[in-house]
Amino acid sequence: MIELYVLLGLMIAGAIIAIEVKNLLSAVIAVGIVGLGLSIIFILLKAPDVALTQIVVEIAAVILLIRATLHREIALKPCGSRPFGALMGILFLGLAVVGALVTFSDGLNSFGAPLMTVSSFYPLNAVSGTGASNVVASVILDYRAYDTLGEATVLFTAVIGVLTVMRSPGKKKEEDLQDNNE
Amino acid sequence: MSVIVKTVTRLTVGLIFLYGIYIILHGHITPGGGFAGGVIIALSFINLDLAFGGKVSSKIFSKKGTGVVEALGAIMFIALALFGMRYGGFFDNFLHPDGEPGQLVSAGIIPLENIAISLKVAAGLFGIFLALIVLQKFESEKK
Repeated sequence: MIELYVLLGLMIAGAIIAIEVKNLLSAVIAVGIVGLGLSIIFILLKAPDVALTQIVVEIAAVILLIRATLHREIALKPCGSRPFGALMGILFLGLAVVGALVTFSDGLNSFGAPLMTVSSFYPLNAVSGTGASNVVASVILDYRAYDTLGEATVLFTAVIGVLTVMRSPGKKKEEDLQDNNE
Repeated sequence: MSVIVKTVTRLTVGLIFLYGIYIILHGHITPGGGFAGGVIIALSFINLDLAFGGKVSSKIFSKKGTGVVEALGAIMFIALALFGMRYGGFFDNFLHPDGEPGQLVSAGIIPLENIAISLKVAAGLFGIFLALIVLQKFESEKK
């Protein structure tokens, strides 16, 4: 279990570096450290499906971030002090800590201990029920296919949104210029 | 990019593409699935684009093509779900008796759904990448 805490510390350090560092490329690479640590944690917790998806998406995201931000002059102005925001942050953090102390006063369950009725159904019946030997695939594409449909809808909407916002802006301009010339 | 990058890309990009196809087709047997495999395929096209420039990659997979393939994947996924209505309900696994667990041809419509999702994810991610590059080109011309 000690390696989990080492990785968590590394991820927190990477996140703090990503916020604080001035160089944009260093910040993106520090974000990559967070994703890589998360992927290794998923492998240690015996979730290879999620680990594979996590590391692949992390690589794509880091490439996109570098390609999209590196050569662009983004103003990195340090924001001024906001006393109201800081006060509210401390207030809500304190509320969360007090709430957690009250809720978990008799101690947490041990790691992954109470296997719920629904989640104990899948490992026992998934292979004979769907024929897929990867239980995760049988859950996300058969028992819980509605979730996957929702995820596909979200991705579709996101792609449409990006293509709409970032469509090549040259066309409109040329037409405008022609209109002005006429 | 330099000659080293171009040569290494030429040697490895096909292998990356094949690995993505392997992850998708074995999604119901081993860890992986449509989403991870689709992102790997998109990464192979991104690799091609970064190494050789937009002209080479757009010859294989143009920006218009990404939109068409993504819509095709979405239609395929929802069509598989609607075919189930005839047999029992939305998302009913109507091909179930085919094959034994652990075989490549097994698990009914789960591999087909994996393929549909992978088409969607690969085309969608590569389309986003191309859109961001076009934006960057426009901004650098403006300067």
